[in-house]
Amino acid sequence: MSLFFRQSMTVMVKDLRSEFRSKEAINASLSFAIVILLMFSFAFDPSSDAIKEMSGGLLWIVFAFAGALILNRSFARELANDCLDALVSSPVSGAALFFGKSLANLVLLVGIEMLCFPVFGIFYGVEWWKQLDSLFLVVVLATWGLTVIGTMFSALTVNLRLRELMLPMLLYPMMIPALMAAMQLTTALISGQPLTGDAYTWLRLLIGFDIIFTALSLALVETVLVR
Amino acid sequence: MREKIMYALGAVGSALLIYNLYVILLQLPDEANQGAIYRIMFYHIPAFFTAGFCYITALVGSSMYLIKKDLYWDALAVSATEVGLAFAAINLITGSIWGRIIWGIWWAWDPRMTWALICWLVYFGYMMLRRAIDDPTERAKIASVLSIFAMVSVSITWKAIEWWRTQHPGPVLSFRTGGQKRVDSPIEHMIYQNWWALLMIAAVFLMIRMRQEQTQREIDSLRRQAHAL
Amino acid sequence: MPSSAALHVDQVYKFFGDYPALRDVSYSLEPGACLALLGRNGAGKTTLLRILSGLSKPSKGQVLVFGHDSREQATRAKIGVLGHGIAIYDELSAVENLKLFANLYGLSNPQQQAMKWLERTGLERVADSLVREFSRGMRQRLAVARAFIHEPSLLLLDEPFTALDDRAIAVLQSLLADAKKDGRTIVMSTHQLREALELATDVALINKGKLAFKGERTQEMVDDPAYIYRSYGDL
Repeated sequence: MSLFFRQSMTVMVKDLRSEFRSKEAINASLSFAIVILLMFSFAFDPSSDAIKEMSGGLLWIVFAFAGALILNRSFARELANDCLDALVSSPVSGAALFFGKSLANLVLLVGIEMLCFPVFGIFYGVEWWKQLDSLFLVVVLATWGLTVIGTMFSALTVNLRLRELMLPMLLYPMMIPALMAAMQLTTALISGQPLTGDAYTWLRLLIGFDIIFTALSLALVETVLVR
Repeated sequence: MREKIMYALGAVGSALLIYNLYVILLQLPDEANQGAIYRIMFYHIPAFFTAGFCYITALVGSSMYLIKKDLYWDALAVSATEVGLAFAAINLITGSIWGRIIWGIWWAWDPRMTWALICWLVYFGYMMLRRAIDDPTERAKIASVLSIFAMVSVSITWKAIEWWRTQHPGPVLSFRTGGQKRVDSPIEHMIYQNWWALLMIAAVFLMIRMRQEQTQREIDSLRRQAHAL
Repeated sequence: MPSSAALHVDQVYKFFGDYPALRDVSYSLEPGACLALLGRNGAGKTTLLRILSGLSKPSKGQVLVFGHDSREQATRAKIGVLGHGIAIYDELSAVENLKLFANLYGLSNPQQQAMKWLERTGLERVADSLVREFSRGMRQRLAVARAFIHEPSLLLLDEPFTALDDRAIAVLQSLLADAKKDGRTIVMSTHQLREALELATDVALINKGKLAFKGERTQEMVDDPAYIYRSYGDL
């Protein structure tokens, strides 16, 4: 068990170090997120009160699109120089490799998302920080769901020509339950509404979603990586 | 033997379909509230359950492939998914037409319809993924994993969407309402009868598609062997 | 059950779809031996090596490395692989690359081992430079260091001398000679017959997925390497 975590940590650190050195995916993802936020300001009247009701939906669409850029690179970065072969033939289990990469992606994605909130607040004049701790919890839980499936599909599609296209296409329909929950909860928390009974249902859905897909991915990733 | 079963099923299924059509159009009376259009239900409802059977068959095929690594199971999975997609499309289209006549709108974002669309997109993604992989063994393996994810995702999405209010009519078939009679007997009876017809047609399409998949595999391997020589 | 064999390949088949890349390959290699794996392009050498490395699973049959399945984690820790790609990260430095693999292979003192192998491959002066800045020859030497750093008992090399510059070839040959002296087992697929046959103790030829020849290396083979292809090349 500790071997699993040790190996995952090694992989996570490697991915984060690589990414922070080049910053390619982070820059692309963050710029993309800001551009979409900007574009939405033309789609809706940014000053209206209706924005508060749409905030959850808007933000999570931005996070999903920007996130796909990072998730895509997750296994794709191993293709250069055939590094993936070296990793798979090493004593690292497929599950540890996957888990390490998922953790790295979680850190990157949550980082970008937390940067998007202030930008959103500035563009749309929304005070989003009122229930910050609950908001952060929701962000982490929902992003974990996105990350787990996204990293898994990154492994699934790593050898495909149309990888950049396939990953979002496969990812988004499957993410809908988690995105639904995240949107509802985020809207509620940003609007300053107290969390009602309904909210706990959504929270349970998020947690269940995360547990089920994490377990499924850990079980199947080894099969996917060994040809 | 296999051919004979296929032809028999095809013949009986088609015959039943035509007979049903006759009964539906000429013998069954118009429904009190909906008028003539309710007849589309005889296709809309069975198509849904047929698609469901197909997707479950695909899940079985995918799981068995991962266990046995026999490409026969992969052929079953892809054939079942394709046939399922076709019937799911029939379900969506007939539902949309019915909605246009009864509610005046082509589409409503109610949970059941939304879920049906999501389901269709998820399995369409499966077909797209298959198209992007050339090596049959790799394709079978990757697609099988995706198929398992698809079934889990579709199930979770169903549960999640159930928590929303619905505009879609509630269940009418007796086995869904716990024995309560929501519609007249002849109508419910015809729904089941047409369901049999559609299932038989689905089975025939499945067998044809599997045969085609097998032939394609043989051609591909012969082509590859020819290149190697 | 010859569990003393370093390598035991038993009736292995590998199918891609219905196409047989490997057909009924059976082979046993003693520890300490050095096998030169010959064959044309597309014959199945790389496929077999990938299965031995744990990158691939046979469709039928069994592969045992030191008596255990090649996919087991403990077994993989004993195998060193030098494939077609160099398998090092451009965005990391030389020492970071080696430390990464040292950690993945469970070595207890990654920093020390990394520096030691950088010295052995003549890269100690560029330890902290990013691999992106390296010349081709330097990358190749780093790749060799990566393959050897965990002192593997079994070395799998896929056409190692192709694409290496002179200095890298010298380093590799010296490391392989040392490995042989230490009693490690080596499997090397190659087109460079002369270099490989000089090191080899055993020879095997794969043709169209089947093992066309297996036996000890003889002086005849070293003098006239193409003789094996002529005698057993076409099935």
